[in-house]
Amino acid sequence: MQINLVNKVNNAVPHRLRRRGSLWPVLLSVFLALLAWDMTSRLTNLPAFILPSPLQVGERFLRALSDGSLLRHTWVTFQEVVLGLIFGVTFAVFLGYLLAKSPWFERLVSPYLVASQAVPIVAIAPLLVIWFGPGMLSKVLICALIVFFPVLVNTVVGLRAVPASLRDLMRSLRASHWQVLRYLEIPATLPIFLGGLRIGATLSVIGAVVGEFVGADRGLGFLINVGRGQYDTALVFVAVFTLVALALSLYGGVALLESVLLSWQEWRRE
Amino acid sequence: MTSSLERSPSLISEATIGKQKPHEPILTVRDLSVVFPDGNGGLEALRGVTFSVWPREFVCVLGPSGSGKSTLLRVLAGLLPPTRGEVRFRCADAKGGNGLPRIGFVFQQANLMPWRTVLENITLPLELAGVNNGAARARARKLIDLVGLQGFEENWPRDLSGGMAQRVAIARALIHDPDILLLDEPFGSLDALTRERMGAELLRIWQAHQKTVIMVTHSISEALFLADRVLLLSARPGRIKLDMAVDLPRPRREEMRYTAKFGKLARRLKEAIE
Repeated sequence: MQINLVNKVNNAVPHRLRRRGSLWPVLLSVFLALLAWDMTSRLTNLPAFILPSPLQVGERFLRALSDGSLLRHTWVTFQEVVLGLIFGVTFAVFLGYLLAKSPWFERLVSPYLVASQAVPIVAIAPLLVIWFGPGMLSKVLICALIVFFPVLVNTVVGLRAVPASLRDLMRSLRASHWQVLRYLEIPATLPIFLGGLRIGATLSVIGAVVGEFVGADRGLGFLINVGRGQYDTALVFVAVFTLVALALSLYGGVALLESVLLSWQEWRRE
Repeated sequence: MTSSLERSPSLISEATIGKQKPHEPILTVRDLSVVFPDGNGGLEALRGVTFSVWPREFVCVLGPSGSGKSTLLRVLAGLLPPTRGEVRFRCADAKGGNGLPRIGFVFQQANLMPWRTVLENITLPLELAGVNNGAARARARKLIDLVGLQGFEENWPRDLSGGMAQRVAIARALIHDPDILLLDEPFGSLDALTRERMGAELLRIWQAHQKTVIMVTHSISEALFLADRVLLLSARPGRIKLDMAVDLPRPRREEMRYTAKFGKLARRLKEAIE
């Protein structure tokens, strides 16, 4: 498989997104954005079903929170996203290991893998919902599918990038296959793999929403559809912001994992 | 990974043979040839190499670049199966498991694992051998003292200079008490001053540990300063052109590099190379 794709995927996320130092600039920029939004809604005098003010969205948020609907829908989407991540990542790592180890196997399956990426996920989501029903399973599958490819590619690239000299070292010490995996391949592949996981985590949220748009009676994607249908635009905003928060916390979770597991990396020096 | 060794019938270890006689070689290489397949008949790296190494001997393999020095070392380490010929180890006991010799290999670059601290890099061979952590760390600390890296136990390899990293590599190569120490131009990437200091350091370590050492180098003075014997390889395909004993007294000192005897041996090697 031409894994050049991966560089594109990797570069999509700058290597160093974590902010150091004070939180003030972040808070300030959020405040300014809210202010600009509020001014716009005041000055243009648009009706709330087109552009609700921050206050109206905040009030809608509290209402959705207090009647329990927001948490219920968020929980559903969260489950879909995490289960999709787990399945997608597991399968991708397993297949990635086989691909990296066996050029023969790679030639066998890579045409299908590349072709599968040419199919937009939005286009096959309806199929999956038809086949696996409007419940959670179809959403989990969509998430898994969307997560699969970047993680697979990064796993393969990571395994290929294990230095040959370290492989020689392990062989000179008569390490078993299992020991090579545990002491060399896993730690050496981890940085690139976690890069793929970061991308996968945010993609998984997109997958869940796509699935819920196509057909569902629960989840944040469903909530957006409901809000749209009832001209409850404030609810749409609430659902969108919740999705952003969900994606950010998953991304942050992976970043946290990275800072714990990869503390040896040069640029993480405090 | 021993598969390449097991597949190759010519690599025989007689590790289980009882008490060895004091004057039996620990390593016998007979008629060793290595050909790398390259499409048109193959690239011959080594041809008919034959030599023996006795226990506790310090042997330097010298030769122009491309003479197959590193290839020879890789075959001895079991990283590369020979095309023809035989490599036979005779170890005191079957320390390596499966009757194979235990190898301590020092590469041209320090070749440390960047995700392991200095101490963890040194304990790696013992971890692979299943030695418990406490014992492994205790042994590693002794070697850290030996190579003079006290205080750097918990540092990451990225914090080390080239010379320090190579000391870690030497400690790692010694920790599992190998039957033989193989060094592949270990100081090649260091500056000249560090290089000389590391050479003297290596001699001190060798005297403390009494290991059999085979070291590849392309520096005549390094070979003469360190070795009991110098094997000179010819240009490709590598053959043994000269097997010269270095009868300089030990312990060797820096001043020795400027004696007439040293100069005479150096000239002899130089002439043989050309």
